Parts: sequence; C-alpha cells; structure tokens
Amino acid sequence: MLPDFKSTHFELFGLPERFELDGVQLDAAYRHLQVQVHPDKFAHLPESEQRVSMQWSTRVNEAYQALKTPLNRAIYLLTLHGINALAPENTQLPMAFLMQQIEWREGIQSARSAGDVSALQAIERDLNRADKMTAAQLAEELDVHKQWSAAAQTARQLKFIDKIREEIDDSYAALDM
Amino acid sequence: MAYSEKVLDHYENPRNVGSFAAEDEGIGTGMVGAPACGDVMKLQIRVNDAGIIEDAKFKTYGCGSAIASSSLVTEWVKGKSLDQALDIKNTAIAEELALPPVKIHCSILAEDAIKAAVEDYRNKHAQVVAEIQE
Repeated sequence: MLPDFKSTHFELFGLPERFELDGVQLDAAYRHLQVQVHPDKFAHLPESEQRVSMQWSTRVNEAYQALKTPLNRAIYLLTLHGINALAPENTQLPMAFLMQQIEWREGIQSARSAGDVSALQAIERDLNRADKMTAAQLAEELDVHKQWSAAAQTARQLKFIDKIREEIDDSYAALDM
Repeated sequence: MAYSEKVLDHYENPRNVGSFAAEDEGIGTGMVGAPACGDVMKLQIRVNDAGIIEDAKFKTYGCGSAIASSSLVTEWVKGKSLDQALDIKNTAIAEELALPPVKIHCSILAEDAIKAAVEDYRNKHAQVVAEIQE
C-alpha cells in the first residue's frame, strides 16, 4: 500500500486533533506504526516494495516529529488552518516580551562568561515558568477558543522561548568543559 | 554555510553596537524578532530637531547575517530623514550583504526594526506636540 499523504498527522496516529495531547498515547501509536512499516521487515521483498516501505517510514517519522513537541504541534495545527505562524514577515511581538528576551540573553551571556552556573539556573527557572504559561495559553487558544491568529502569536513566543533554552543548554555544555 | 566577505566584516567589526536611553525625547527604539529562528533585534535612532537621524545603535541576538544586517542599517540611516530611512528595503540590505535565500529573513528583520524605531519616535513626538497644544 502506498503511503497515505492525504490524512493529517493526527489521523495517521488515530489521535484527536488537539494541542493538548497524551504523550504516552502518541509514543505508543508511533511505535505501533513504525514496527509495521520498518524497512527491515521488507528487506527480503522486491526493491519497489522496499522503496514504498521507506516512504512510509519517512512519513511516520515526520508525523511524529511534527506532533512530539508542543511548539511543533502548535505550528502544525496552525498550518491545518492555513496559517504559517513562523512566516518571516511576522516580526512584531509584544514590547515587554522582547525586552524580557533581551534581558535573558544578556543574562545568559554574562553568566556564561563569568562561569556562573547558579545565575544560569535562575534564568532557567524563569524560562520554565514562561514556558508553562505559554503552553497553557496555547491550549486555551487552540483547543478551547479556536483563536487561530492569537494562537499564532503565542506560538511565535514559544519559538523564542525554545531558542533561549537552546542557549542555556549550550552554556551549560560550555561551562562543563 | 559560507558568509560573504561583507557579512564577515560587519560580524567581526560591528558598527554602532550599544544603546541610547530609550526614554530620551530624541530617541526612537524599535524591537523586533524573527519567528523562524528566534533572533531578536533592537535598533535605536537619535533624531535632531531638523528631523534628521544623527546617530543609531543596535543590539542583536542572532546569527552573523542578522548582526551584519543591523550593523549595516545603523550606517545607512545616519544622515537620513525619517521618510528616507523608511525607504530602506530589505532587498537592498540582502543585496549589499550578498545574503543567501535562507538568510533573507535577517534583512526583513532589519527593515522592520527601522520601521519600528521610526514609529516609536513619531508616537513619542505626537504625544509631545499634543501636550504642548493642550
């Protein structure tokens, strides 16, 4: 059977089309499908069927990546409603949010150059709080009120929060050397 | 990905890094973010009584292309009127720095940072004028 590219990632895994998703259920559905389409299972079959299994496997992996993290899931849900949340022209964000971003990035830079792990941890705690609040807001906007453009703005904020997390992780790694 | 020589030059010797006091009357502050990559850019202009941009400063947290784009526009806006500054298009920035297609969003960010800074300055002054008239 050829890969099904018409169904949504949610349909592929038999899950409801929601932002708030049971991670355990998603993992189980992913593993179940991945076992069925794994190329190793098709190694003894003709090349054309091996190719189809490879396409299926890729399709399942992409779907899993798109649903696994809250940010990716929000962005994917918005694309289902015709919105590209991360389009480059969306450069306007709330002033207070951007000020906070700059403050965090400056804090990370100075903590990193001073080798101050506890300062990094303090920023990480603030970030975790912001992360939780942003995800809760997204759940409201996407699952309850279906406010797509408000959700797109919130998803963009989550993208910046993810970026800060990367920088904190990089800094921890650099300080461990 | 290889950066162009001009990007490297601005990245290694960024012009006009820093800040002005945002509350000063002659200062316009623009802050924008690039959703695709999470870069953040702050661009400030200092405008004289004749409406000419005398000085500009930036702080950018992002990749080399974003830093180069903001560094370049701080040079370009100096000596320009607000309307002339608003005429700076991202395509000109991208061309000057030879940005590859995947980095065009950095030039969009710089263009939007100028717009935001000019808007902030004009909003401030609309208020000052209103207060004087009252």
